Amino acid sequence: MEPTFILLLFVLVLSIFLGFELISKVPSTLHTPLMSGANAISGITIVGAILTSRTESVNVEITFILGMLAVFFATVNVVGGYLVTNRMLSMFKKK
Amino acid sequence: MEFLNTIFSPTANEAVVNLIYIFSSALFIIGLKMLGSPETAAKGNLISALGMLVAVVVTLLDQSVTNFQWIFLAMFLGAFIGAIAALKIEMTSMPEMVAIFNGFGGIASLLVGSSEHILSSTDSLGILIPIFLTVVIGGLTFTGSIIAYGKLSGRMNGNPILYKGQQWINGLLVLLLLFFGFEMIVNQGLVFTLNWQVLTAIICLSFLLGILLVIPIGGGDMPVVIALLNSYSGLAACAAGFVIQNNVLIVAGALVGASGLILTNIMCKAMNRSLANVLFSGFGAIVASGTSKGEQGEVRPIVTGDAYLILEAASSVAIVPGYGMAVAQAQHAVRELGELLEGNGTTVQYVIHPVAGRMPGHMNVLLAEANVPYDQLIEPGDINPIIESVDVCIVIGANDVVNPAAREDNESPIYGMPIIDVDKAITTFVLKRSMASGFAGIQNPLFFKTNTRMLFGDAKDSITALVSEFKS
Repeated sequence: MEPTFILLLFVLVLSIFLGFELISKVPSTLHTPLMSGANAISGITIVGAILTSRTESVNVEITFILGMLAVFFATVNVVGGYLVTNRMLSMFKKK
Repeated sequence: MEFLNTIFSPTANEAVVNLIYIFSSALFIIGLKMLGSPETAAKGNLISALGMLVAVVVTLLDQSVTNFQWIFLAMFLGAFIGAIAALKIEMTSMPEMVAIFNGFGGIASLLVGSSEHILSSTDSLGILIPIFLTVVIGGLTFTGSIIAYGKLSGRMNGNPILYKGQQWINGLLVLLLLFFGFEMIVNQGLVFTLNWQVLTAIICLSFLLGILLVIPIGGGDMPVVIALLNSYSGLAACAAGFVIQNNVLIVAGALVGASGLILTNIMCKAMNRSLANVLFSGFGAIVASGTSKGEQGEVRPIVTGDAYLILEAASSVAIVPGYGMAVAQAQHAVRELGELLEGNGTTVQYVIHPVAGRMPGHMNVLLAEANVPYDQLIEPGDINPIIESVDVCIVIGANDVVNPAAREDNESPIYGMPIIDVDKAITTFVLKRSMASGFAGIQNPLFFKTNTRMLFGDAKDSITALVSEFKS
């Protein structure tokens, strides 16, 4: 196993524990916004999509199309996810 | 000048980009933390969005990215469609909206994994295994979400689809996937020698698996499925992070994966069922026969005029909404009734069961849309100990979550599920279209209790009638 992989694995394990700690006490009122907000965060794959769309490659055509599609879908996920969460949260009011 | 050269040299540039990724990960963590409390949630979402913006901008500024015009075009189209969908959608359609966004995240990760696989000729296990996982998780998240979308939006029948040997077929699919995964990872393939053949096979099998995993799950179990697909979309992004060796994807993906799993667990606990039981049993299809005992006594209907007189005299009222309220779009009428009752000096509370509706927190969102303050919303555990003193419980389109069989009948399929004990209240009104049973297909003894009154008809019409009684 190469050192980079071990380091990434290290980050993964810590993040999972952090995630469980962060979310474990969310009131049920916020379950939907939490889910759609988290969903927007999962759109982070857009970073991967942009990086994979770089041009200097052998198989330009196919990876170019795949990359553009990835950018498109991830952007829908990110923009839609954050906006819809914001719209929901703006409705939550206290008495 | 020397200084600038150092900063903008390729290696230093990479370091700066990575530092900014750390910053953006921190924003995700802070944002997610703030999403956990109603006072800070809206701000938390903005902070997390800022983290995303920072990550995207710094990636675009990365020197290895060159074809900006196409990337911008794809981003513009995606942002346009995402924004339109997010701003136009009805609140009652929120479950299918979340499902489809999950699916898009999944397919994006799949595409990233596939593209990287074609681009690179690596034989490192630390890359190839994550590519396999990205494609598989991303693929089944995509098709699974599409099926969930179909079931939630009513484009597909919401009933569980079961057939003989279902588990065997799923098991076979998993084995096939593992075989192709092995082909992909061991570079000198055993049967197939061309990378694209193996990749295509893995994509197709993952798509198929996603479909087959979600079709046996019924509408009422959708809260679990959506939470689980949410978790998967995070895990797919996380796996993609290993493929492109990028920390921000790993951190963000793992956070989403963990939060989705926690929600999944909360939903399962609220039904007193294991995740395996939700995913594989086809609940709702098999229990319809056998366990229902048929008629259990006399039903006592009530008309709105009489219901009004009881409500008018009540000093405490608990409203228990369910999926039926969403279907009837009755949330605004319900809020109006609640306000009139309060104006009349009655204490009004809304009791929300965690699995009421079609996604976690579904009822809370609908009531928030109707301007019900969130501090009026309580959980079953808050009211059950004092429910004997509640004058009237109004059950609006909820069924299984108020079924006393869960407490009393150890042969009932929902036995042991934590419910709202509305049968113990002084009076309970059940608003219902007809005597049909709920999602689980189980007869509800609540309807035959001596303190239960059935208010038949469309939930919205009944509530509106009560509202006009109050106003006249």
